[in-house]
Amino acid sequence: MSFDLLFFVFVLAIFLGVELISKVPSQLHTPLMSGTNALSGITIVGALTAAGSGADLLGAILGTAAVIFATINVVGGYLVTNRMLAMFKRKSGEQK
Amino acid sequence: MTDTTQTLIDLGYLAASILFILGIKMLGKQERARMGNLISALGMLVAVTAAMFECCLDFTWVITGLVIGSLIGLIAARTVKMTSMPQMVALLNGFGGIASLLVGWANYHSQPDSNLLVRVAVLLAVLIGGVAFSGSLVAYGKLAGKISGRPILVKQQAIINMLMLAAVLIGSLFLVYKPGGIIAYGVFLLIVVLSLSLGVFSVTPIGGADMPVVIALLNSYSGLAASAAGFILLNTVLIVAGSLVGASGLILTGIMCKAMNRSLANVLFSGFAAAGPGKAVSASVQGEPKPISAEDAYYVLEAAGSVVIVPGYGMAVAQAQHAVRELGEILENNGAEVRYAIHPVAGRMPGHMNVLLAEANVLYEQLAEMDDVNPIMETVDVCIVIGANDVVNPAAREIESSPIYGMPIINVDKAKTVLVLKRSMAAGFAGVDNPLFVKENTRMLFGDAKATVQQLVAQFKES
Repeated sequence: MSFDLLFFVFVLAIFLGVELISKVPSQLHTPLMSGTNALSGITIVGALTAAGSGADLLGAILGTAAVIFATINVVGGYLVTNRMLAMFKRKSGEQK
Repeated sequence: MTDTTQTLIDLGYLAASILFILGIKMLGKQERARMGNLISALGMLVAVTAAMFECCLDFTWVITGLVIGSLIGLIAARTVKMTSMPQMVALLNGFGGIASLLVGWANYHSQPDSNLLVRVAVLLAVLIGGVAFSGSLVAYGKLAGKISGRPILVKQQAIINMLMLAAVLIGSLFLVYKPGGIIAYGVFLLIVVLSLSLGVFSVTPIGGADMPVVIALLNSYSGLAASAAGFILLNTVLIVAGSLVGASGLILTGIMCKAMNRSLANVLFSGFAAAGPGKAVSASVQGEPKPISAEDAYYVLEAAGSVVIVPGYGMAVAQAQHAVRELGEILENNGAEVRYAIHPVAGRMPGHMNVLLAEANVLYEQLAEMDDVNPIMETVDVCIVIGANDVVNPAAREIESSPIYGMPIINVDKAKTVLVLKRSMAAGFAGVDNPLFVKENTRMLFGDAKATVQQLVAQFKES
């Protein structure tokens, strides 16, 4: 895909992010932050490419380390967010 | 790879992007937030699965990394205590940053002379990812109490940071024009080191109470670093997800700064100490604080028809959230209307107090924002301030020479009676005297917050 088009996508996604986040109540700021934090582990996709590209030893080590860190970010981030959100309860008693 | 496979992979990335957007949207509503998180996680699974089809000649390393990372992430998320959540979020955020840095490094390592735009993206991933990583580690250290939470100011801090940034820029220019060769690799490694140092130097001078801003900002950085990694690999899902995180982090940063009435530059470049806690202020705070015993406080609370509880970082330190919830329930059973008013920057990360109280089973409806509570403060019988100081300091409204003048606060002093639970008369993080403590309608309950709340609970139970 051409660079121009990617840049277009980038700017558009930033605007979308701003629109999505502006209305989040402050009670949910922590789970929002840790949820988006998990999302920043998307760099795992890049890490996979780096680790599996069949490069030399150093390249493989760099890639694998990237995969490990990104995976911790993703797995840890989503689980922690889930744990936090599970604690927010309403009067009806139902947990969502 | 066939065209069909490539199309399917791209569709997978598209699906993942849509799931991320939906997930974030749902995170903004309490009823659907948990589902939103799951949808976002599903998006991640789709993205990783799609990537597996195009990433790898050799799966040995990939699988090894995935297994190790999953195990560590799983164990960490299961075992972390809710009170340690701020440092956990900081640490995880740092890992995202270092991963982007490593992706950039691996790319440079395997093909240093790729096209110009990719090289620029590599440098951005290294710089932003490096700052996010080392900055998050310092934030982690401060939040976990492993290094001093006080702002550590080095003279000419801003100048040192500028010089490092300038060195990174010069090195980057060099690499853009001459990417190959052993010297270039040396310059690249230098940029890696400088980026990491920049993160350390930027966060070290920032004090503990400003951590909500820093964490939100670093969160944004790790997203932007992921975006940069997306430009390296020309991968849309990385760019979309990364910029969503970047945008959300920036917005949170803005909200936090606004809640402190400070500019981002002020938070980043001057610890509060540098603002010089005013000597002029102490002169204007006159009068004696009026202590009250737990028994007398009980009589005040017993008669109250509406109570607003204002928690601060002190509640987290004293681990008093469960005791506080118990007191809240007793007051409700006693016929009082109980709410918890939470300042946007109370605690050490955005929304910190809300998470602690939710853990203690306080209902979501009872968690009120500052702007909901302030207009009705005059009608509140009793305000209980637990371990909060600067966020309830009326000097922010009344004393123009105060360093915190103009910061939006919870106007607890307008309630009919204010009970302040406090360890001692020491000033808050900002080092500013608090005229609230000597106001006519304020009573001080000295002692450990948890012990004091438990005494109040005991008083109610005895009667």
